[in-house]
Amino acid sequence: MKYIDEYRSEVDARKFVEGIESLVTRDWTLMEICGGQTHTLIKSGVDRLLPDSVTLVHGPGCPVCVTPLELIDKALAIARRPEVIFTSFGDMLRVPGSTSDLLSVKSEGADVRMVYSPLDAVKLAQQNPDKEVVFFAVGFETTAPPNAMAVWQAHRQGIKNFSILCSHVLVPPAMEALLSAPDNQVQGFLAAGHVCAVMGYWEYEPIGEKYKIPLIVTGFEPLDLLHGIYMTIEALEENRWGVENQYTRAVTREGNQPAQKLLGQVFDVCDRKWRGIGEIPMSGYRLKEELDTFDAEKRFDVGHIEAQEAPECIAGEILKGLQKPHECTAFGTKCTPEHPLGAPMVSAEGACAAYYQYGRGK
Amino acid sequence: MSDDSSGVRFTGAVCPIPLSDYPTVQLAHGGGGRLSQILIEGMFAKTFDNPELEMLHDGAILRVGQGRLAFSTDSFVISPLFFPGGDIGSLAVHGTVNDLAMCGAKPMALSAGFILEEGMPMEDLWRIVQSLQRAAEEAGVSVVTGDTKVVDKGKGDGIYVNTTGLGIIPEGVDITPLKAKVGDKVLVSGEIAVHGIAIMSVREGLEFETQLESDSATLYPLVEKILAAGGDDVHVLRDPTRGGVASALNEIAGQSKIGFWLDEPSIPLSEQVRGACEILGFDPLYVANEGKCLAVVAAESADKVLAAMRSDPLGKEAAIIGEVVDKHHGRVYLRSRVGGMRVVDMLSGEQLPRIC
Repeated sequence: MKYIDEYRSEVDARKFVEGIESLVTRDWTLMEICGGQTHTLIKSGVDRLLPDSVTLVHGPGCPVCVTPLELIDKALAIARRPEVIFTSFGDMLRVPGSTSDLLSVKSEGADVRMVYSPLDAVKLAQQNPDKEVVFFAVGFETTAPPNAMAVWQAHRQGIKNFSILCSHVLVPPAMEALLSAPDNQVQGFLAAGHVCAVMGYWEYEPIGEKYKIPLIVTGFEPLDLLHGIYMTIEALEENRWGVENQYTRAVTREGNQPAQKLLGQVFDVCDRKWRGIGEIPMSGYRLKEELDTFDAEKRFDVGHIEAQEAPECIAGEILKGLQKPHECTAFGTKCTPEHPLGAPMVSAEGACAAYYQYGRGK
Repeated sequence: MSDDSSGVRFTGAVCPIPLSDYPTVQLAHGGGGRLSQILIEGMFAKTFDNPELEMLHDGAILRVGQGRLAFSTDSFVISPLFFPGGDIGSLAVHGTVNDLAMCGAKPMALSAGFILEEGMPMEDLWRIVQSLQRAAEEAGVSVVTGDTKVVDKGKGDGIYVNTTGLGIIPEGVDITPLKAKVGDKVLVSGEIAVHGIAIMSVREGLEFETQLESDSATLYPLVEKILAAGGDDVHVLRDPTRGGVASALNEIAGQSKIGFWLDEPSIPLSEQVRGACEILGFDPLYVANEGKCLAVVAAESADKVLAAMRSDPLGKEAAIIGEVVDKHHGRVYLRSRVGGMRVVDMLSGEQLPRIC
């Protein structure tokens, strides 16, 4: 398949691995930010092709994983209301809240629907004027523009029965939080190519300077990742830092400017709590004040809901790259995809799910 | 009797599915993955316990006089009722006759039970019944008995169909999921994941450049050729429906107590289906098929069986995709396109499209 097979060639993979082997003179720890990259690494087995001196730790870039527990509880409370059609992307449906998840709430009779685009939720609102349609707007800068577009269109068309439960998060502040932590081990980043396709990579340049660390904008196919790892190791071995772009076929320094403009029209940057990590200043989006009639948290008065994480779940450590999934005592025993203690075991982008599904650490 | 307070008691027995985990039935209990397996093995097989059921084959094998019959049932609750490449009527025939074929049996007779929802257009019912009869004729079976019930509007999805089938197992044919042996080759009769993606594309309104058609078809003619070419060397047959190739092979690995080793680049997959799976974040190994057959065959006969498959219109894209190994018993491993290695586990439920 064109644009896929070129990036999965075994011969070329071998070349990159040999290149990395010949470059590396000492141990290095790299973090891939995005959970999609984690899954590619584990699913294709690329991480096992690397020399032992290169350690990959898995970052916080799993939108489902970092959505705070209380927000899922709020989603459940809203979804249970008889007047509500609650819409969400598929992999949010199984994520456990404090006592339940959206699929279970659906089995109890709530109207929970999976959509492929937030604009489908807007359409549902138009088709069901006597219902309240709520969309669960989670994710990084990648999913923010379509969600912004949904709100923008609802606003322009005067659709009153649509709202979003918003928990958007931003990558650069999370990177800074990781780098400034005293226990940080990360020496180089594979930056998430799809986030950069929207936002560009200019925002990462000050981070590279401040922390003297290489950040390589990297794509999602196995060869993209091997190439990104190669570039990071090369920079580290040559004592270079700053941003380099592996994913040139999709990413420019400036990014997608119409998308950025729309984000600015719909959202303000705000402090945001990350599940397992805690509050990070200026690390998320909330709806602008003039659009807050589209804010489901206000519309349904669920602001008071608070929640406590399962004490056994070490999702925070996993998301910060401090531990690997199989190092958790609950991994594969108390915590499985059938009985997840935390979100990383559920999501298609969660590191624990990748380790479990592809048979690591068992 | 256990005093487990998490089990629900009824007539002196304790429900083996802990209530604390699943107080209600979830959709994933019917998804063909691990939750289905827990329900079937934990509740149904334990309760109905008998040697025929114990095999957990696609159908039961019954001795009748000197001969053997295969006996299988399947219910069809598909939405939409009409889809490219078939409808609930043809699917209801294919599903059951294929289960019989996977026991090596020649399908003989079918029953058809219809649960109709009040208000369903008679025209639709007529189309479904016609299609069911056409598919039965093609499969060489007659619908010899049936049942009809009508439920209140809102209590059904238009129509649910159940079919039960009987088939005769020719003498000398002995196919069971217990017979996979180290060294055997794994064959698949064609491109995988077509049915699941075709259904999803209509159900969810996903548009591709050309329309995908379900692969729903009757597999017995293909099975006849496989058996003629491979004889005793054909050890296991399975149609990888719900849960796809991955779930079917995991089940066989568990029952035969062997390991499977698959080679990703050898697995036949059309460009379209692959593209759709890439977009949705699906692994085609877990997507349903309705006209494909997996065969576990002794190595020395693998090429002959492959040639036989390819001589059938349904098996043109057949391929050898892996082998049985004496390692990691009960599990399926895969060598990826880039040369890495991973486990292909059973999913807990159905795959859900990813966020980004």
